[in-house]
Order: sequence, then structure tokens, then C-alpha cells
Amino acid sequence: MILNKSGIFEINARNLLCPLPVIRVQDAIKTLPSFTKVKVIATDPGVKYDIPAWCKVHGHSILSIDNVEREIVILIQVGERHER
Amino acid sequence: MNNYKQYKAISLISGGLDSMLATKLILDQGIHVEGINFFTGFCVEGHTHAIRKHDKPKRNNALWVAEQLNIKLHIIDIVEEYKNIVLNPQYGYGAHLNPCLDCKIFMIKKAKEWIKENNFDFIITGEVIGQRPKSQRKETMPLVATASQAHDLLLRPLCAKLLPPTLPERQAWVDREKLGNISGRGRKPQINMAEQFGIKEYAQPAGGCCFLTDEKYTAKLQDLWDTQGKRHYELDDILLLKVGRHLRPKPNFKMIIGREEGENNYLEGYKKQFTYLRVLEYVGPLVLIEGELSAEDLYLAARITARFSGGKTASCVKVQVGRKESDPLELEVKPFSADDIKQEWYI
Ligand code: SF4
Repeated sequence: MILNKSGIFEINARNLLCPLPVIRVQDAIKTLPSFTKVKVIATDPGVKYDIPAWCKVHGHSILSIDNVEREIVILIQVGERHER
Repeated sequence: MNNYKQYKAISLISGGLDSMLATKLILDQGIHVEGINFFTGFCVEGHTHAIRKHDKPKRNNALWVAEQLNIKLHIIDIVEEYKNIVLNPQYGYGAHLNPCLDCKIFMIKKAKEWIKENNFDFIITGEVIGQRPKSQRKETMPLVATASQAHDLLLRPLCAKLLPPTLPERQAWVDREKLGNISGRGRKPQINMAEQFGIKEYAQPAGGCCFLTDEKYTAKLQDLWDTQGKRHYELDDILLLKVGRHLRPKPNFKMIIGREEGENNYLEGYKKQFTYLRVLEYVGPLVLIEGELSAEDLYLAARITARFSGGKTASCVKVQVGRKESDPLELEVKPFSADDIKQEWYI
């Protein structure tokens, strides 16, 4: 995960097949504070279903899903953290 | 003062109906349940389904189940640790290279570690006595609980009434009376239970949850071990076994031939690590070569590649050969006829 110039954390999940992109997102988000924005770039079309499903059950928001040539770009906002 | 404690369980979610029902039974008793799903690299979920372009993008069933039940799902990457389970199973294999009993013990052991780290109280699974010939028998149920060190923190809600009461039952965290007494391979009780819960859609029960139960897949895995002379694998090896046609025209090399655009796109990502071939001027597969090739082998591989391209009936086809650390070459070859491709080359 890198912090890009716009201050958004970026996850490179290109050429990874599901569920690996979801695992990358899960592991990255674990370390981030509430409301942080995270951009995922992936090539497996399955991410369009799996990342929103994972975000929904964990309380994170999908801000956008775009197809950019052969890539899928998903923008996520980390939900509010609650202590277990 | 309110002494009420919210008990918490982790449920092993495979994406099938049984784990969905087991979770629902416990959720309905007011327990906080979260799901856990283990990624071994052999999982049927995702992967190849997502590769082939004509297949509609496949959802991950474990995530879908979590969404339906509105529970969190934690997907845990166990690829590295799982190698030892596949390579050295203490309790042996099932019909193919599936080490089901060791696998189950390992996953429950991981779940036990997880509940300890996350302050949860017990573990649930969708296991049913007699459902699977190797790992879900009456005798193996206590073995799994003991060998995984989960002991009586492991509750199987679908068949709990047929087993000794576990801690959550004895302590009345859950009401044993409301749990199931299902056994055997039939699916009727589960289908009836799904109806009672109003669950209309679920993944069809499969023979196994991973490619290790698949005859064709495990033949390719065995071929990998035989040709490398040792039982060993990396994640990329086992993912590539799920993609394309695998042909071994000679003992020293194997060809992985993309079957359509989605697979070709996926194989593109491996071009830098392999010698690859592709036909120029016609549509055709991307082919990766595993092994070392002589000039004669290269020619053979090019003729096979041409056979699987749009130029298969042409008298001469140009094939590009890309090799690690050198410029691509171009060969002009006559494509093989269908009869030239020997059946025994297919792995
Ligand atoms: S089918 Fe595969 S994942 Fe399922 S128990 Fe057997 S080895 Fe484990």
C-alpha cells in the first residue's frame, strides 16, 4: 500500500484473483483510521462484487467503481471504528 | 447492575448451505457471530471462475453468505502454513490429493487461535455427522475437536444433539434444544431447514470445497511434483494449474495454453517469468512454457501453438517466441493437424 500524491492510500491488486484483492483490502484497512480513503486497482472483474460485499459487512463505504481500460478502480472510505 | 454478557462465536464459512444454516441457528439465539474463511490457494471460490471471460463474473460465496446473514467475514490467508498440510498429511488423503481430516483440524486450530486473540467465546462449523466419508464421521468429530485443541469450544449446531454437549450448551449460552440432529449424506433436512428460515438462494452443495478433490486438477499437481522431482509448490504454481490446457509433449517441457481471452489476459501477467509463444497474424492463445527447450522442442511447441490458433489450417504460420532476458524470435511453422496432437500429451 502506498500513499499517493492526492493523499489517498493506494492498493495495487493487479493480476490478483479473488479473494486476494479482498484480503489486501482487509489487511490494509485494519491499519487505517476512520474515514481514510483507499483506492484499489485490480484486474479481476470479481472485485466489483467481492469488495463491495466485504465493505458492506464491515461498515466501509464504496465511493466509486470505475473501469479504466482493462483495470477496475474502486474508491473506499473506511467506516467509523468501534472498539470490539 | 446488568450482568448480561453478549457471547461471541466465530463461524467457519465455506459459502455452502451447511455453514450458512449453522450460523443462522446460532445468530437466532442472540449470539454475536462473525465468519471466518480460509484462503488456501486451492479454493474453488473466485479464481478460475473469474479468469474465463465467458463465465459471468463469479461472486465469492463465502462473502455472499456473510452479506445475506449480515455478519462480518474475515478472510485469512493460510497459503504458506497450508503447504505442510497438503504435503505431509498425518491422516492421509481422500480420493485424490485432499487431506480433508488434517485440513479440518488445521482450520479449527486457526479458528481457536483467532477466538483467543479476538476475545470470542466459541467456534461453530456446519459439519454434519456422516456427511463426508473421511472428515465428517462420528469417530472423527471428537478427533477434530481434540487435535485442533478446540475441545468443547467447538459446537456443530446442525448435529449438536447427536454429540456430547459442548461448553456453550452446558453453560446455557445456547439452548441445545434449539440445535439440530442432522446426520448422513442426504440434503433434505438442510433444504427443509433453509425453507423454514426463508433462505431461498444458496450455493449448491459441492463434493468438496477445493480443487484438491478434483481428479483432473490433482493429476496436474502430481505431474508438477513428478517433473520437479520433489513435492513442493508455490502459490503461482497452483494457480496456474487452474488455467488453460496443460500439455506435456516431451518430458522436459510443459505448455500452458490459454483457452480464451480471459485466460490469455491472465497468463500475460506471467510472461516475464516464462518462455512464451503466440501466433502472429491470427487470433490464438498465449502459451507459457515450463521447462527448458532445445531448438527442436521450440519448433514442436510452435507447431502445437499454431494448431490452437485461427491459423490452424494455414500452410504456414508465424509464431513469436519471447524468452527471458533476450529479444523475441519469430518462427514460421506448419500447424499440426488435430491427429498430430497426441491424447497422452494432455495432463
Ligand atoms: S475439500 Fe479441501 S478445503 Fe475442504 S476439507 Fe477437504 S482439503 Fe479441506
